[in-house]
Amino acid sequence: MAEVVFDAVSKVFPGGTVALSELSLEVADGEFMILVGPSGCGKTTALRCVAGLERPTSGRILIGGRVVNDVSPRDRDIAMVFQNYALYPHMNVYKNLAFGLKQRKMPRAEIDRRVREVSRMLGLEELLKRRPAQLSGGQRQRVAMGRALVREPKAFLLDEPLSNLDAKLRVQMRAELKRVHARLGVTTIYVTHDQVEAMTLGDRIAVMSAGKLQQLGPPQEVYDRPVNLFVAGFIGSPPMNLLRGRAVSGRISAGDLVLERPGVPDGEVAVGIRPETFTPAADGLPCLELLIDVVEPLGDEIIVHGTTQGSSVETGAEEEEIPSVLEGARAPITARFDPGVRVRPGDRLRLGVRPERVHLFDLGSGSRIG
Amino acid sequence: MTETALRTERILEPLPDEGGRERRFLFSPWHLVLLPLAAVMLLPLAWTVIASFETFAETQHFPPILRPATLRWQNYQEVLQLSPFPRWFLNTLIVTVLVVIANLLTCSLAGYAFARLRFFGRDAVFLLVLATLMIPFQVIMIPTFLIVRKLGLIDTLWALVVPNLTGAFGVFLLRQFFKTLPIELEEAARIDGASRLGILFKIVLPLSGPVLATLAVVTFMWTWNDFLWPLVTIYSERNMTLQLGLLTFQGAHKTNTNLLMAANVMSMLPVLGLFFLAQRYFIRGIATTGLKG
Repeated sequence: MAEVVFDAVSKVFPGGTVALSELSLEVADGEFMILVGPSGCGKTTALRCVAGLERPTSGRILIGGRVVNDVSPRDRDIAMVFQNYALYPHMNVYKNLAFGLKQRKMPRAEIDRRVREVSRMLGLEELLKRRPAQLSGGQRQRVAMGRALVREPKAFLLDEPLSNLDAKLRVQMRAELKRVHARLGVTTIYVTHDQVEAMTLGDRIAVMSAGKLQQLGPPQEVYDRPVNLFVAGFIGSPPMNLLRGRAVSGRISAGDLVLERPGVPDGEVAVGIRPETFTPAADGLPCLELLIDVVEPLGDEIIVHGTTQGSSVETGAEEEEIPSVLEGARAPITARFDPGVRVRPGDRLRLGVRPERVHLFDLGSGSRIG
Repeated sequence: MTETALRTERILEPLPDEGGRERRFLFSPWHLVLLPLAAVMLLPLAWTVIASFETFAETQHFPPILRPATLRWQNYQEVLQLSPFPRWFLNTLIVTVLVVIANLLTCSLAGYAFARLRFFGRDAVFLLVLATLMIPFQVIMIPTFLIVRKLGLIDTLWALVVPNLTGAFGVFLLRQFFKTLPIELEEAARIDGASRLGILFKIVLPLSGPVLATLAVVTFMWTWNDFLWPLVTIYSERNMTLQLGLLTFQGAHKTNTNLLMAANVMSMLPVLGLFFLAQRYFIRGIATTGLKG
C-alpha cells in the first residue's frame, strides 16, 4: 500500500494534443480517489501515466514515495482493471488470475492459495475452468477485478470498470467494489464519467476538464460548493440550472427572479440553482415562473422540464471551458419534485428558491463568488 | 468487451460448420463458369495420377489413355529402386521444416516489432521490407548465389535453408494480424509483469493460431515446391530435393513419363495432405488479416 502523487504532470501527445497540463494531485494511502470528467478531459491519460503505459512529458509521478517516471509497468507494483476487462481469451479464469503471479515467479502453492482466496471472495469458484468467452459481462468484470486483487498491489487503477455492464449489475458491482475497498483498504484510483459512481464510491473526487484539475474534495463538498461553472454544470444529474443574471449592489436579477445577496460585487453573474432546490409552493420566497414542457415521473420523484424568462449559461461541460451565454427568448429549467406534486405539460408554475441555496459564479472567469 | 476483443474471441472459437445439418447444393449461374474452370485445373492433376499407373507405352499414346489396361504399381517400386527417392524426400523435408520453423519464429519477432514497438525509423524500415516483395527472385538470384558461395554452402542443404530463414511476406502478414489484436491485452500483460518477449510468446502468439497456420502452409508449399534455387545451388545427387530429383527422370533423349508421374504423385502427397488439414485455418487466416483493427 502506498500513496500516489502527481507532481505537476503534463502529457502532450505527438501531434500536439495536450492531455494533461500540470496536474498535481495527492492520493493518500488507502484512499479511494475518483477521477471524473467528460471524455477527453485527461482522466484516463492520468491513470495510464500511473500505470506506466504512458510517459509524462514533464512532471513526476510518485508511488509510495518513489519517483516512477522511468520505472516499467511491471516494476511499479500496481494493478489495473481495463474498461473492456482485457482478459486473456486463450486462458481459463484460473490462469487469467494466476498469470501475474506466475510472471513474478511466485511458488505454485502460494499462487494457488491466493487464486482460491480471491475467487472465493468474488464468487468465481465455479468458473475457474471457463474461458472468458464463456462468461457473462458481470462475470468477466469480476475476473478482471480478481486479476487485480490477487496481486495484492500497492495501488489499484480502475478505468471505467463498470461502464460495460447493464444498469442493474452496475449497482451490484458498485456496492461490491465499495465492500472490497473497505475490506482491503488499498489505494485506489478510479476513472469514470458516471455521476453516480463518482458521488457514491470515492473518499474524494477530482473533477477534471481539458487536462486540468478543476476541483478536488469529498463528493458532498464538490456537490454543495462547486468552485466554478464547469464543476457546477458537470456534477449533478440532472445538471444545475444556470441562468444569466446581473448583480447590482447586492441585488441579483435573472429573468423574473430577484434575490438579495449582500456582498456580491456588481457585474454579470451566472445564477446556479440545483433542480431539487425549487419549491412549488412559494411562500414568500423569491420566485421564477416555469412554463412546463415535459413531465417525467420516476416513481420516487418527478423531473419537470420547462422554460423561464431570461437566458441560460452553457458551461461547456462537454467541450470548452469558456462559458457562453445562450441568447434565447427563454431559458430551459429542470426541476425535481416529490411525487405528490401534480403538474402537467402546459402548466405555468411559480417556483420558490431559497437565496442561501443559490450558487453564484462570475460570468467572466467562471469562478464561484457566492 | 470492445468490438476488437470480441472479434478475437470469435476467431478463437471453432468456425461453425457452414451449412451444418442443412447442407445442400444450391445451383448458381456461377457454377457454369466455375465447373469448367475447375475441370481445367484438375485435368493435369488427374492425368498425372492416371499416368503414374500406366506403362511407358501407354503414356506415349495420343490421345492420352485415361483408362489404363492394368494398374501398374511397379512404377512406384521402380522409382524407389532406381533413384535415391527416400533421400530426396528426406532432404526436402529437412529443408522445408527448418525453413517453416525459422520463418514462424523470425517473422513473429519482426512482425511484432513492426506492429507494436516504437523505434526510430520503424515505418521507413517496414516500407523497405515491403519493397523487397516487389523484387522478382530472378533479380537477386545471382547476388544471393555469390553470398551463399562465400559462405561455403554451395551444394549443401544449408544453401537452401539459410537464404530463406525469413521472408518479407511473413513479416507483413503477421504485422497486419498483430495490429488487429486488442492492445489492452498486451497492456494488461505488461502490468501483470510480462516482458516484451513474454507478451509475444504467452499472449500474442497463442492468439495468432490461424495466421501462423497460414504462414506455415504458404511457406511449406513454397519451399517444398521450389525448383529454381535448388537447381542453381545443388549439384550432387545425394543433396537434391524432390523437385530437382524429378528432373533426373527427364533425359535428353528419353523421358520415363510413367516413372516421372509416379515420383510426382509421391512428392505431391505431403503438400496436398497439409493443405487439406490446414485449409480451414488457412482461409480464415487470410480472411482475418484483411480486416482492419
